[in-house]
Amino acid sequence: MLRSLLLAALVFALPAQAGQEEVVLGLSQDRVAITADFDGDEILIFGAVKRESPIPDTDPLQVIVTVSGPQEPVLVRRKERKLGIWVNVDSVLVDSAPSFYAVATSGPFGDVITDTEDLRYRISIERAIRSVGAAMHIRGAQDFADAVIRIRENRDLYSIRENTVAVDQQTLFRTAIKMPADLTEGDYTARIFLTRGGEVVSQYETSIDVRKVGLERFLFVMSREQPFWYGIMSLAIAIAAGWGASAAFRLLRNN
Amino acid sequence: MQIYLPIAEVSVNAFLLLGLGGIVGILSGMFGVGGGFLMTPLLFFIGIPPAVAVATEANQIVASSFSGVLAHFRRRTVDIKMGVVLQIGGLIGAALGVLVFNYLKAIGQVDLLVKLCYVVFLGVVGGLMFIESLNAIRKSKKAGGAPAARRQRSWVHALPFKMRFRTSGLYISVIPPILVGICVGILAAIMGVGGGFIMVPAMIYILGMPTKVVIGTSLFQIIMVTGFTTMLHATTNYTVDIVLAVLLLVGGVIGAQIGTRIGVYMKAEQLRILLALMVLLVCGKLALDLLLTPSEIFSLGAGGGH
Repeated sequence: MLRSLLLAALVFALPAQAGQEEVVLGLSQDRVAITADFDGDEILIFGAVKRESPIPDTDPLQVIVTVSGPQEPVLVRRKERKLGIWVNVDSVLVDSAPSFYAVATSGPFGDVITDTEDLRYRISIERAIRSVGAAMHIRGAQDFADAVIRIRENRDLYSIRENTVAVDQQTLFRTAIKMPADLTEGDYTARIFLTRGGEVVSQYETSIDVRKVGLERFLFVMSREQPFWYGIMSLAIAIAAGWGASAAFRLLRNN
Repeated sequence: MQIYLPIAEVSVNAFLLLGLGGIVGILSGMFGVGGGFLMTPLLFFIGIPPAVAVATEANQIVASSFSGVLAHFRRRTVDIKMGVVLQIGGLIGAALGVLVFNYLKAIGQVDLLVKLCYVVFLGVVGGLMFIESLNAIRKSKKAGGAPAARRQRSWVHALPFKMRFRTSGLYISVIPPILVGICVGILAAIMGVGGGFIMVPAMIYILGMPTKVVIGTSLFQIIMVTGFTTMLHATTNYTVDIVLAVLLLVGGVIGAQIGTRIGVYMKAEQLRILLALMVLLVCGKLALDLLLTPSEIFSLGAGGGH
C-alpha cells in the first residue's frame, strides 16, 4: 500500500514542477564486508541530477540521503523503583525499527522537507520507527519509541546530520555516511530525495549489502547450521588451550 | 586493535579482552573459582550482549579450569572420587536450572532474579568467609601458628550411604555432596557461572574437606558442569562466540597458571580472606546497580519471540 502511495505521490508531484529531475547515483561501494578487523566504514554517496529542461528558477534544489539497516521489531522495557530496587515494570513492542539509520541533508531539516512529506516518505528518525501496535494502555507509549532513538543515537547507530550533503550548481551532490563498528548484517537501503520548497520532486533507492565475510561468515554459519559440532569445537579449543598453557608452563619451570 | 565478534556482532578491543582474561585467570588459579562471577558482569560492562556473555563465559571457564586442574593433578590435590559424585549432582542441577531459567523467562523478570541471586549469594558467602577467615587468622596468631583444624561432627555425618574419600580423608554419606552438586548446578545454569564461589565454601564448611584439596576438586567439577552448559547454549540459543572465547581463554589459561603458582605460596586463611573480599566487592557493585537510579530506565531487547 505504501508503495502505491509513493508511486501516486510521484505521479502527481512531478508534473507540478517545472521540469522532470532524476537522480543519477554513484556509491563508493555497494557492499560492506564485515571482516575480523572491521572497525566501521564510510560510504561515499554522490550523484548528479539529470534533467531535460533548464534548472527551474523556483526554490533551490535540496538533497536528502538516508541509509537504513534492516527493519526489526524491538522490545523496549521500562524500569521503576519497587521496594527500593529498580525493576522492569512494563514493556512495549516497537513493531519495526531499523537496526541502523542515518539521515544527511543539504540544509536544516525543517527547511529541506515539510512535515507532510516527511510523514509520507518516513524520512526523519522519528518517522522511520513504527509502533502502530504500541499498547495504548501504557501511559506514554511515545516514551518507549523515544527511548529506542535515544539509546541507538548514543551508540552511533542513529544519526541525523544536517548540512552535510554538498550540492553544487543544483546538479551535483555528495555526502559521506559513517557506519559504526557495531553493525549487524543485512540488506541496507540507501534513499536519495530531491526536494524543492519542502516538496519531494524525485527519489531514488538502491541497496547496500552488509555481510560478514571469511572466517566471520564461516563461524556464524556453522554456529547456526551445525550447532552441535560448533559446541564440540568450542570445547575442544578450550581444553586444548588449557592443556597447552599447562604444558608450556611446566616446560618453562623445568628449564 | 579492534576485532569484530561474529556471534556477538560487536567490535571490541582485542587487548582489552586478553587483559580481562588474564586477570580473571589469575584469580581462578589462586582461588579455584572459575571466575565467571567476575567475568560475566565485566563482559556486560564492555558491551557484549548478556546472552552471549553468559554462554561464552561458560566455554572460557572450561579452558581456565582445565589448565588449573592439570597443575592440581600433578600435585595430587584433586579428590577425583568426590569430584565425580559432585558432578553427578551438578549435571542434574544444571538440567533443573535450565528449566527454572526458561520458566523465569516466560514470566519475565529473569534479569532481576539473576541479579538478586548474585547479590544474595555473593553477600552471604562472602560475609561468612570473611568473618571466618578473620577469626582463623586471629586464632592462628594467638596459638603461634598452630592449625585450628578441628572438624565438627554434624548432621552430615549421621546420613546413610557412606563412602570413603581417601584424598580428602573423609568417610561421609554421598547425599550431602550430591545435594551440593545439584545446588551448584542450578545456580550455574541460572547465573551463568561455574559455581566455584558457592562450591568452595560448601566443601569447606558443609563437607569439611581440607582447603588444599577443595580447590583442585572444585576446578575438576566445574569443567564438567560448564562444558555441559556450553553445549546447551550452543545448541539451543546459538550464543557461544568462539572468537570472544579464544581471546578470553588465551589470557585466562596463562593467568590460571600464574595464579596456581601464587596460590602455593599463600596461607589458606589469606587465600580465603582475599576471595571473600573479591566476592563482597562484586556483590556491592551489583547491589548498587539495583538500588541507585539508573541513568537509562529503558532497555532494548530483541522483539518477536517471548
